[in-house]
Amino acid sequence: MSNMILLGTRKGTVIFDRSNGAWRPRPIAHEGIPVCYAARDPRDGTLWSSLDHGHWGPKLSRSRDGGATWEDVLSLKYPQGARYIVKVLPAPDFDPEAPAGKPEYAAATVYKIWNLAFGRADQPGRLYAGTIPGGLFVSEDGGDSWTLNRPLWNHESRGGDLFAGDATSENRWQGTPASVDYGVFEPGIHSIIVDPRDPDHLHVAASSAGVIETTDGGRTWQGRNHGMLNDYMPDPQAEWGHDPHFVTACAGQPDHLWQQNHCGVFYSEDGAQHWRKVSMPDAGVHFGFPVAVDAQDGRTAWVVPARADSERMAIDGGLFVARTSDGGQSWQAFREGLPQVNAYDIVLRHSLDVAGDTLCFGSTTGNVYLSEDRGESWRCLGNNFPPVYSVRFG
Amino acid sequence: MPTVTMTSHLYRFFPVLGNRSITVPAGSVAEVLREVDAIAPGFTDYVLDEQGSLRRHVMLSINDSLVLDRTTLTDRVPDNGTLYIFQALSGG
Repeated sequence: MSNMILLGTRKGTVIFDRSNGAWRPRPIAHEGIPVCYAARDPRDGTLWSSLDHGHWGPKLSRSRDGGATWEDVLSLKYPQGARYIVKVLPAPDFDPEAPAGKPEYAAATVYKIWNLAFGRADQPGRLYAGTIPGGLFVSEDGGDSWTLNRPLWNHESRGGDLFAGDATSENRWQGTPASVDYGVFEPGIHSIIVDPRDPDHLHVAASSAGVIETTDGGRTWQGRNHGMLNDYMPDPQAEWGHDPHFVTACAGQPDHLWQQNHCGVFYSEDGAQHWRKVSMPDAGVHFGFPVAVDAQDGRTAWVVPARADSERMAIDGGLFVARTSDGGQSWQAFREGLPQVNAYDIVLRHSLDVAGDTLCFGSTTGNVYLSEDRGESWRCLGNNFPPVYSVRFG
Repeated sequence: MPTVTMTSHLYRFFPVLGNRSITVPAGSVAEVLREVDAIAPGFTDYVLDEQGSLRRHVMLSINDSLVLDRTTLTDRVPDNGTLYIFQALSGG
């Protein structure tokens, strides 16, 4: 059982400690600074927060003493010559079938460090970070230095090797509205899954591109979007341009992957070779941002459904968590302990987590809820937190 | 020697810059910022991006003139000048 919960919030990092059965928050760390992701490295206990400074650029902050002191890590940067093909937020008269114009290029700078993942126990210094615009960074020394994974950055689905010259292929990754706050419209990597059986096997997910897999330690990457359906694009089954909101895998059955997508909930039981839509709109299970999967049973997953898709709020003013234990063939809604009137919460992509039988989620309304019976009943850990951007058990 | 004056918010990350007068050799804005970085290592990572351009919500002025070249920072800070570093704060 986990004894720590880390929240990334608009006003800093909140850490809860569990003691004598009660969860108590510490005074906020990184006071006043937006934190888009916070997590604990299970290998050595290092705490990480991704600071989303509005003025001073994104920074990682690291604590090696359990949160007593923090230090900024300044080494995550795009290398010189890293460029991308600029995407523009579609105007109301946007014609998706119009021929693409000449690409415009921009030098890459990190706008947001959106997600962190940790290597296996036998790779003690290995860390991964996903960024806007669309970078996967790898550290081999516990975060002291970072390297951009170039094969993914230079992927043919993004225009090819722009370090070497102009595009040699079309950029088929779309932009994400999550980047608009930074004055751009670029995709970002928000999900990084390391296969516990094989450190060279990773899945990452980018909004709005899709799921990409490597089986050779990041030297080559393949799109894994077969079976995905993108309702709002001219070709719903296109290889690229899908909008995973979050993708996760079962630790004990790593071929079972779950995806809460803009266009529904999707499930794969063959390592993302094929996806199957398992939404159940009549039961409210369709739109949302986060998804969590049981660590042992790959068929058991939880989502926090929301009203799709332009409203982005709790359905009919009542907050609930839905669970499936049969790979999405059926869903059960749990409402006990959650507000059922006047609730307008939205739970963002990194703001639901599970550890054993315990689940926790937080909303942008500043409410944090905890369940210790696999999501069936909930209690509130507080109503007045800043908007919550991430929830992770430590 | 020019003086560098900055928003006190930066002292939170670089206490060494607080409660003192910062004077550095005259030069381009880029050179002046590098001198400040020598006093407070990592400083330029807060005001510049990895391309060396001024971050979007950071403003610089030399005396009362806004720095116009935000990309290569070639404006010259004269011997008797002051480089001001501001941030554009907004919202809640």
